Amino acid sequence: MARVRVLVGTKKGAFILTSDGKRDKWDVAGPFFGGWSIYHMKGSPIDPNRIYASQCSDWFGQVIQRSDDGGKNWYQPGGEASIDFTGKPAGASNKFVYEGTVGTHMWYDGTQHPWEFKRVWHLEPSLTEVETVYAGAEDAALFRSTDGATTWQELRGLRDQQASNWAPGAGGMGLHTIILDPTNPLRIYVAISSAGAFRTDDGGVTWKPINRGLKSKYMPDPNAEVGYCVHRLALHPSKPDVVFMQLHWNIMRTDNAGELWTNISGNLPTDFGFPIEVHPHEPETIYVIPITSDSEHYVHEGKLRVFRSRTGGTEWEALTSGLPQKDCYVNVLRDAMSTDTLEEGGIYFGTSGGQIYVSPDGGDNWRTIVHDLPAVLSVEVQTLR
Amino acid sequence: MEIPFHLQNLARSGPEVLLEVSSPVTIGTVLDALEQRYPMLCGTVRDHVTKKRRAFLRYFGCQKDLSFVDTTAPLPEAIVAGTEPFIIWGALSGG
Repeated sequence: MARVRVLVGTKKGAFILTSDGKRDKWDVAGPFFGGWSIYHMKGSPIDPNRIYASQCSDWFGQVIQRSDDGGKNWYQPGGEASIDFTGKPAGASNKFVYEGTVGTHMWYDGTQHPWEFKRVWHLEPSLTEVETVYAGAEDAALFRSTDGATTWQELRGLRDQQASNWAPGAGGMGLHTIILDPTNPLRIYVAISSAGAFRTDDGGVTWKPINRGLKSKYMPDPNAEVGYCVHRLALHPSKPDVVFMQLHWNIMRTDNAGELWTNISGNLPTDFGFPIEVHPHEPETIYVIPITSDSEHYVHEGKLRVFRSRTGGTEWEALTSGLPQKDCYVNVLRDAMSTDTLEEGGIYFGTSGGQIYVSPDGGDNWRTIVHDLPAVLSVEVQTLR
Repeated sequence: MEIPFHLQNLARSGPEVLLEVSSPVTIGTVLDALEQRYPMLCGTVRDHVTKKRRAFLRYFGCQKDLSFVDTTAPLPEAIVAGTEPFIIWGALSGG
């Protein structure tokens, strides 16, 4: 029988939740890396027991952890304890060095500011090469490892896209979304707050901004190619040219791989938010969890509601069964919603209040898996067969 | 030397680690020895490339804040002799 494994990153450690295909009874393991922020964990689609974790702290910086046994044991690739006191330090799994001239980007006061590595927001294992994994960094850059996260190299071409005009948002200038096209190994989509969305069609050597059609209030140049605060992208593997976006405000879609975006916010009560997901079996069924506004980072009207569109956007329905509908003021971050691929597709999300919710029936009914974790930063689901 | 809780977890060590350091014994050579013995700590105390101390960490020893001491200057004799620890402290800011 199929099983699911939910990888939860929180502000104070990681947790791994497991269940059978009914998704009714859950085992909770953790905390792993107690006291550290776990921005993201993700398993390899080739070897699900190969899991990477981005562990970070304002005090001690970035660490990359890897498990080869489904999360039971962890280590830092290249950082194994040494008994050779004469050798050079080997640890490099957390060494993220910008390629070439570091360069500058726009700072909050309008001046230019040098690129500074702060943390890894997102890890994306390759769909085809088990030793290859991508890392989205703050300050924004895309790194790739081809040796299982032991060493990293920046894909420098991304920052040729007017990077001196990129500027950090309130949460920093993080490259938070990496989507690998399952039908074209040379195509990658990334998104950066608040620079925009970008696409490569040659495996990461050259990139182009894909922000035409996005609107951001108060942008000095409404037709600017970069400078948009994209919060999240999502696509269905069967339709890789159709990409959905949670922009700062506005839900958007493109049917041509980002060449042009159209607004699909429709009847949503508010269209500010962070996560967006696609149903695992229905490419035109999408989910968002809007919050009140950019100044009020909690759900609208004190009700935790997931909104589902079965028409690829514009027409939305509120999903509330099993979710608190009174006095609820949590937020759901951009990497904190995910899906399984069981026959009746499951939807999962985690909140700033430490709850993990699952709907085993595509959003119709929700239940709490666990409700008192630290604030949830990320949720990824593995379907194990 | 003494290292804080988070680094103990990475190094799978206790709070105190013993290091052999060749002369001259300076902050720089002590941290070189720490990173050689515990490579998983590379980048967590000081930057990989610039070797600058991470902003929220402090160095102490012999009742003194050594955070701003020249990293090539000899450390106090008691630390060199191992009778006093060189301390990395990680909780001077934040909440």
